[in-house]
Amino acid sequence: MSYLEMRYVTKEYGEGSNEVRALSDINLSVDEGSLVAVMGASGSGKSTLLTIAGSLEEPTSGDVLVGGVALSKMSRNDKARMRRRSVGFVFQDYNLLAGLSAVENVSLPLELDGIPAKKARVAGMNALEELGLADRASRYPDQLSGGERQRVSIARAVVGERRLLLADEPSGALDSANGEAVMRLVLAACRRGVAAVVVTHDAQLASWADRVIFLRDGHIVDQTIPPSGPESLLQSTPHQ
Amino acid sequence: MSVRHALLALLSEGPKYGLQLQKEFEARTGEVWPLNVGQVYTTLQRLERDGFVESDENGEGPQNSFHITTAGEGELDQWLHTPPDLSSPPRDELVIKVLVALRVPDIDVFEVIQSHRRYLVQLMQQWTRLKEDESDLDISFALVVDAELYRLDSVIRWLDTAEGRLKRASLEPPKPAQLPLPKMRRNIGVRP
Repeated sequence: MSYLEMRYVTKEYGEGSNEVRALSDINLSVDEGSLVAVMGASGSGKSTLLTIAGSLEEPTSGDVLVGGVALSKMSRNDKARMRRRSVGFVFQDYNLLAGLSAVENVSLPLELDGIPAKKARVAGMNALEELGLADRASRYPDQLSGGERQRVSIARAVVGERRLLLADEPSGALDSANGEAVMRLVLAACRRGVAAVVVTHDAQLASWADRVIFLRDGHIVDQTIPPSGPESLLQSTPHQ
Repeated sequence: MSVRHALLALLSEGPKYGLQLQKEFEARTGEVWPLNVGQVYTTLQRLERDGFVESDENGEGPQNSFHITTAGEGELDQWLHTPPDLSSPPRDELVIKVLVALRVPDIDVFEVIQSHRRYLVQLMQQWTRLKEDESDLDISFALVVDAELYRLDSVIRWLDTAEGRLKRASLEPPKPAQLPLPKMRRNIGVRP
């Protein structure tokens, strides 16, 4: 079942001769448990697509549905609540609060949503444990490596009942081993039922996705067809 | 992939039978490169002719074991330390297709680039699936998968760069007629 749907979404900035169309008639559907990667060059509209999907920006026209509910029908407060409860964001630069420990960072969205601090902390610890970070729970962001910080930000993105994970170049600042670890975590979240969209220019990251969408100048120009089983790769290879 | 040197490497661990060499070769290459036993024996015969291996005089056929000679050890060592020839660009079919697409009327070079990019990403998705379950990932196999992913990734990066370059060029005013290629460029050999 589709958790995120974008229907004919267009986004324009500026007016008249200064008008720039960042997205044109985007139709995208992301099922629960599915990982979709959006690839494109800088300026292709990838980040705009993500911010509109997460209701951080409004489209000029078209509709976005999260969990079957149209964002255009929601009040500002409803959207903020939906973001806190259902949507997790992962950014290239982690966006962790420096004054809070790892577990406090992870449990903060739950506390902001009115969940008692103790209960939120337990949920935060559970999320950290799932990502193998239980022993880093009391450390502050500046006491963590880049890879650990990004894993904490993924824990924050999937804590509680979040069903939609939106990631913008989640491993852009990491080495390849940590980048792969990040994608394994995103994929594991999807296998537990989360719908995820990862925006990236990196084919190695995108190749973890079930489906890859290609964006050019604000248009979806292409997408991968579901890959056949990897067995076909292991057929005979000629030797010299 | 040099079967000849792979067999020498396996024999450097001690004497082995042909069938054993075939099985170990496949295991060490993550079973990505199947090898038939006939090819193993043909290669062993050539290695024996060149003085790099010797066969056990008592055995015959599948019962015949082989061991590496001192000359074989020298050959293996030299092969391992000799870089493959990457000094000149290979004759790359994909590069040629993009270059040709630029000249063919009514062909959108950006669409050509995208169709290749999609194919490569799909291939990468298949390779990545192979390493999804880390628990049963054999180290040799993981190295082979990584090598293939990096190779495909580098081709996609070239396509991305080509697309950007062509886009910028399409926005620039046309340049005057091209001068002949500088001598240095003409002298770059192209590997077949």
